[in-house]
Amino acid sequence: MSIAEKFVSMEYGPAPEDSKEATTWLEHHGYRFQHFIGGGWQAPAAGEYFDTVDPSNGEKLASVAQGSAADVDAAVKAARAASSGWQALSPHARARYLYAIARLVQKQSRLLAVLETMDNGKPIRESRDIDIPLVARHFYHHAGWAQLLEHEFHEYVPCGVVGQIIPWNFPLLMLAWKIAPALATGNTVVLKPAEFTPLSALAFAEICQEANLPAGVVNIVTGDGATGEALVKHPNVDKIAFTGSTEVGRAIRAATATSHKRLSLELGGKSPFIVFEDADLDSTVEGLVDGIFFNQGQVCCAGSRLLMQESIAEALIAKIQDRMSTLRIGAPLDKAIDIGAIIAKVQLDRICKLVEQGVADGATCWQPQVTLPSRGFYYPPTLLSNVHPTSTVAQQEIFGPVLAAMTFRTPAEAVELANNTVYGLAACVWSESINVALHVAAQLKAGVVWVNCTNLFDASCGFGGYRESGYGREGGREGLLEYLEPAWFKNAPLLATEKTPAKNTPAPPGAESKAVSSTSASPPDTDAPAIDRTVKLYIGGKQARPDSGYSMEVRSADGRLLGEAPLGNRKDIRNAVEAARKAAAWAKTTAHNRAQVLYYCAENLSQRRDEIAHRLAAVVGEKQAIAEVDLSVQRIFSYAAWADKFDGAVHNPPFRNVAIAMNEAIGTIGVICPREAPLLGFLSLVMPALAVGNTVIAVSSETYPLITGDLYQLFDTSDLPGGALNVVTGYASQLLKPLAEHDDVDAIWCFGDEPSAAAAKAMSVGNLKQVWTNEGRAIDWFNPKLAEGRWFLEHATQLKNIWVPYGE
Amino acid sequence: MPVEHNEVRSVAPRRASDPGTAIAILSGRPLLPNTGIPLNLDWVREVRVNTSAVERRAQSQVARRTVKKDWQAAWLLRAITCMDLTTLSGDDTEERVRRLCAKGRHPIQQEIEKKLGIEDLQICVAAICVYHTFVETALRALEGSGVHVAAVSTGFPAGLSPLAERVNEIRRSVEAGAHEIDVVITRAHVFGGRWQALYDEVAAFKQACGSRHMKVILGTGDLLTLRNVGRASVVAMMAGADFIKTSTGKEPTNATLPVGLVMTRAIREYAQQTGMAVGFKPAGGIRTAKQSMDWLAMIKEELGPSWLRAEMFRFGASGLLGDIERQLEHQATGRYSAEYRHPMA
Repeated sequence: MSIAEKFVSMEYGPAPEDSKEATTWLEHHGYRFQHFIGGGWQAPAAGEYFDTVDPSNGEKLASVAQGSAADVDAAVKAARAASSGWQALSPHARARYLYAIARLVQKQSRLLAVLETMDNGKPIRESRDIDIPLVARHFYHHAGWAQLLEHEFHEYVPCGVVGQIIPWNFPLLMLAWKIAPALATGNTVVLKPAEFTPLSALAFAEICQEANLPAGVVNIVTGDGATGEALVKHPNVDKIAFTGSTEVGRAIRAATATSHKRLSLELGGKSPFIVFEDADLDSTVEGLVDGIFFNQGQVCCAGSRLLMQESIAEALIAKIQDRMSTLRIGAPLDKAIDIGAIIAKVQLDRICKLVEQGVADGATCWQPQVTLPSRGFYYPPTLLSNVHPTSTVAQQEIFGPVLAAMTFRTPAEAVELANNTVYGLAACVWSESINVALHVAAQLKAGVVWVNCTNLFDASCGFGGYRESGYGREGGREGLLEYLEPAWFKNAPLLATEKTPAKNTPAPPGAESKAVSSTSASPPDTDAPAIDRTVKLYIGGKQARPDSGYSMEVRSADGRLLGEAPLGNRKDIRNAVEAARKAAAWAKTTAHNRAQVLYYCAENLSQRRDEIAHRLAAVVGEKQAIAEVDLSVQRIFSYAAWADKFDGAVHNPPFRNVAIAMNEAIGTIGVICPREAPLLGFLSLVMPALAVGNTVIAVSSETYPLITGDLYQLFDTSDLPGGALNVVTGYASQLLKPLAEHDDVDAIWCFGDEPSAAAAKAMSVGNLKQVWTNEGRAIDWFNPKLAEGRWFLEHATQLKNIWVPYGE
Repeated sequence: MPVEHNEVRSVAPRRASDPGTAIAILSGRPLLPNTGIPLNLDWVREVRVNTSAVERRAQSQVARRTVKKDWQAAWLLRAITCMDLTTLSGDDTEERVRRLCAKGRHPIQQEIEKKLGIEDLQICVAAICVYHTFVETALRALEGSGVHVAAVSTGFPAGLSPLAERVNEIRRSVEAGAHEIDVVITRAHVFGGRWQALYDEVAAFKQACGSRHMKVILGTGDLLTLRNVGRASVVAMMAGADFIKTSTGKEPTNATLPVGLVMTRAIREYAQQTGMAVGFKPAGGIRTAKQSMDWLAMIKEELGPSWLRAEMFRFGASGLLGDIERQLEHQATGRYSAEYRHPMA
């Protein structure tokens, strides 16, 4: 075609990015890659390799080592060997290494971008303008954290050796999100890139070499799911950080339950994209393009559920269709392509199947008339309208360029629909009214909320989910905490394994009459027996008899029978959870009001100091009893003080916007209280949870459940709203299961022996609730430096980052 | 699996349009010249513009599209044909205007045209844009070339002389034979939300212009907020603008891509609602070939290829042509070019 003809047609024409440098790089490696272990290349022990393919044409790019358990073991050994040296370096020295890596990423940015596009199929514009710059930014930002570590995280220590498993959708960016914070905090790393996209990680290995990073600090083992499993199960790994599907996340949670491995999970999503009638609709459409057609929709936080206010639905759909018609789909190395290739045949098949399912469920499928390349894996941008919450495509993550559109009537309904999902990764709100936008943002169950923008990321802002989208944050100060532990906790001794209760059965009839008087009112000087004091469960602000109708014996330290406590069962747990859910208003009340209630609790406890201590003394001795009560008053005071001071932050990403990091209550927390320190241990856990607005179901100390009777009198007289705190007594080993497995409980805290911690983790997989345990370690509840403060509050909250760009 | 495509989807209510007189096409729909509609205040008030989102789109738009090699040459030639080659200086003289006209008739050296194989296209600029004083000079200099003469009018650039004088100014230029009239609005009407006054003003200008093409300059650098730009665009179109134009070139900021995005989106909305097409002219600050390509790509994306013609799109520029010439010579010879190698205006 001549220039004159092109002058008439005004087509864009091809604009290919040159792949020569990347091909030369592959050639230089003989199109074959080994593992990167201990600072050098190491052949796979089993000698196996697999192919990595260019999804834009289906052609093989290179062979890559298939990691076996032996390879993983070698890598973990190398990381372990490097660990002490890396930790011994000054933070400044580690900062220099990270700075060098950031610089090298920039210097090789084009090679990395091209390689990423070839291996992944994403448009070169995205890898060049988004992925790689964010990688460099992540290392720069974390070089800074490395420098500041000692000042900002005093008395914290690194986890040690971290196993990291990353997905194929943003291969190098996810590597950066994993490696930068791990290294900045003094950990060493074994990273397994996704099977489909190992190349940029291998190029990164060379960057580590070029930066003279000490051998073993970063190890990269390539392979498939089996390799990942070997890493997850390796006994000498201290933490697993995983980004990928919820299904695999669940398996990892189960597999690591019996270990002390820390775990952070960034999983799937079905993120709502909410459009109000006062939104700038043309800009909203561009937001959608960035939301669902970015990276072919293979984005965990893709705005895949479009929720439109009814009044603008028709107009918006028309605009979306117009815009979809101008999207260019084709060779990802073309600089003017919007949608590249889907990662693999299997993913393409999955998208096709889900869209067909959506249509079968009644959705209307609309696609622009586009010609797809004849080779490679491509899927056209797709709009499914007339979708209802019951449709598969409204619930399941499609991970493709497919938008499911629904309508709503009111802001309240928008929130309800948005939160009607097991996921909670991200959400978008489009409205020109700051009142509407922020009101809705605050109510959304999502770790990231973008107001009038979409898919903005930055190293300074935590990213991570609520609910089954995982736990832990990546980026910012909040992300660093995932790689750090309080030094004292790491070194705390293990508690003795708890004996199974002597009787898992109810107390025998007549036992009551033998009870000594410590649970009863002190008898005056009469012959009459003491008035029986019956302790009940505390559910929904009311004393409740146990469903079982049985009681459990409570004995003093020297074996005397002190009385009976109700024997709670799974139905009592169910009732308690329901009551806790109904009390959600506790989270909405002001922090000042919550503080007032807690102060009042402290006031009432101090008034009853002597009698409570007197009864407690029978179990823990007089000295501890007095100390527990006195320290409990202080502890409640502390959390009353904290209630309106556990502030979030305003982050500083490089955009004109306010990125608000809000500490939000997790929701409903189940707490298995420690056996030791029946009063102080209980309050040390329950109070931080309540202070930030959670509702709680506590299983009080199995050693002395009778404390419940004192506690609910305390709360009843302190204006704590009914249901905010519910207390069930019974055997922890029996109550843990219904509590940890309950799908309407958002977090389980278990402070018992090692097997209880493992059980709590294993039982949490159903809804992937957050798990916090003492790992079976002894916590000195009597030392306020260890047993109260930020560490507890951090576990009682989850961070929501709300991005609010501004400008008129 | 049933999949719907373009043809089945519902579009906004359309007016009956005759493809024979259509001046542009939007998503397959033929559009008529703009005859204006009654002022619709609801529409004006409903204009929503999210500045930061618009800025992001403008930013990513530039990175999303690029045109290379022969295609780039073709696009640059297109940019020339959409150019209002402009001189609006206090030191303008007749001779200076004649020089500019000569350049407008033959913007590219013959040798370069030959090397690019485009002699038959007879590339020339769309119009020469001058003050009223020079309309006749320009007309004589451009005789037979097909290049239009555009006159800036209505108390350009401030537009603050009495309305009757401004309207007379248009009439004088029309009588003098100008093909196109670039008028400026009273920015104060926008600040004050006096949409009826703005509408009446533009409608009066339109009446004075008669059949001559009227480009309405919004003074976007003065209006400052994109919301103002959006609303003023809509009112100008309702009042009968043939083109809406960003700036006078005399404001602190000139044509920016975010402003362009808001105006082109307004044009699209207007076309969808009324079935009538309005042209667009960014003016001022567009100096490089690369910038001109970004603008063309934006127009193609937002309004479609039928707006990539002089009838629907203009650059108001004085320095742009020089840079385009250098790029074209580079395309023709493979060597980077120098400014002095190209005849000046």
